[in-house]
Amino acid sequence: MKKKRVKKELTVEQKIQRRNFISFTVFGAFAAGTYGGWKWLYNSPEETAGITAGAHKPLRRALNATELFFRRLAFNENHLVKTYPKSMAAKVVRHNSDIGSEGKLPPENWKLQVKKKSGEVLQITLDELRALPKTEIIYDFKCVEGWDQISHWGGVKFTDFIAHFKLQDEAKMEYVGLETPDKQYYVGIDMPSALHPQTLLAYEVNEKPLNGQHGQPLRLIIPVKYGIKNLKRIGSMNFSNTRPRDYWAEQGYDYYSGL
Amino acid sequence: MKVIKEKHPLVMRWTHWVNFPILAIMIWSGMLIYWANDVYTVTIFGHTFVRFFPDWYYKLLHIPARLAEGMAFHFLFMWFFTLNGIFYILYTVISGEWRHLVPNRHSFKEAWLVLLHDLHIRKTAPPQNKYNAAQRIAYTAIILMGIGSVITGLAIYKPVQFNWLVWLCGGYHLARIFHFALTIGYVLFFLIHVVQVLLAGWNNFRSVVSGFEVINEQPKPVIETPHEEEKG
Repeated sequence: MKKKRVKKELTVEQKIQRRNFISFTVFGAFAAGTYGGWKWLYNSPEETAGITAGAHKPLRRALNATELFFRRLAFNENHLVKTYPKSMAAKVVRHNSDIGSEGKLPPENWKLQVKKKSGEVLQITLDELRALPKTEIIYDFKCVEGWDQISHWGGVKFTDFIAHFKLQDEAKMEYVGLETPDKQYYVGIDMPSALHPQTLLAYEVNEKPLNGQHGQPLRLIIPVKYGIKNLKRIGSMNFSNTRPRDYWAEQGYDYYSGL
Repeated sequence: MKVIKEKHPLVMRWTHWVNFPILAIMIWSGMLIYWANDVYTVTIFGHTFVRFFPDWYYKLLHIPARLAEGMAFHFLFMWFFTLNGIFYILYTVISGEWRHLVPNRHSFKEAWLVLLHDLHIRKTAPPQNKYNAAQRIAYTAIILMGIGSVITGLAIYKPVQFNWLVWLCGGYHLARIFHFALTIGYVLFFLIHVVQVLLAGWNNFRSVVSGFEVINEQPKPVIETPHEEEKG
């Protein structure tokens, strides 16, 4: 006769123990994995310093990928920043930093140098820019720190500037780089943001010429970016298909900082 | 006689525990960001009761001057927070679990009785199923708060591209305030939640890990309210 081995049904107590064992083992493994994963990320090496620097390597990759995702999902030159009536513009316009734009620079001692694709360098005076149609914008300026302020700017629309100085070929490139005359502060802007209809090369704040704190004689006003990208006292402009160097991207901030 | 009673489905247990470290990291990295413009206070009639946050608090948690780092962490973990939340909501809706969760027309009145009971003012609590009325309200509110954090967060993150969200939040300023206030809300929820879990005991806690509760089935069921064992 064949011996039959009947598998005994588990008692309730055994079932409880068994399920507890499995669940708490998985739970413990999950907790340990989470802790280990966090330690790995928190102690992950800093990226190799280059165009961007100062961030954990995996976090930098995430920043770039996330920005790209949102640009593809949502960026549209028809998405405009909200504008306000003149009465709402701040009388005292907040400023944070004047790296590269300390002190006064008499406009007659200043020229905007635009490096063309051909190697030719345009030398543009403030009067030439003032002669172009003036565009004004009153919008909520946003700082990466978290504050914002409604302010009133006037200048040349970036697209008008491109058209007037026949920089259409340059505008087909992927980035525009801007630097202060002393090269202390510099930003890189992706071309779609630069060509956004509300991007200005501003020479006025509250209908008066820019003063020292706001980057006289000419600054960038780009409402689709945080303040850190709104370079003060533009000295030179260049175009490229690779990302130009960027002051804050070298210190751990997102390269695009788009809004 | 001991009986196994199924309580929390696997998906709900996973999303609950996955959310815990994610939310912790979001709150921490959020503080690194908030520090750079720490303007919020609770001020009534010119008297400031609470300042977010005092210097000793920042120092204790090593918060100052880490804005860039905070943003980098925040903009990575926001994905996990959002995806985990979407997964949870989809599951709750499709499985029908929402019926245990969403407050019904009795919940608001009953929640008051539950509160009185929990504060030992009232002896009995209303009968309940999986969750009592107060839990239904709290757990539904926390999901709505999560949705609120994603919406206000997106509004602050891309205020030009999502300007309709900024409008929905009542402007950029308000969006940031709501985003911050919701976080304070999570902290308060967490404190009460943990106290309730401790009071509810092991059987209840275990059910959020292994999914079931052990109940003693008596031969002659007595009418009673097993509220103490089903909290948390």
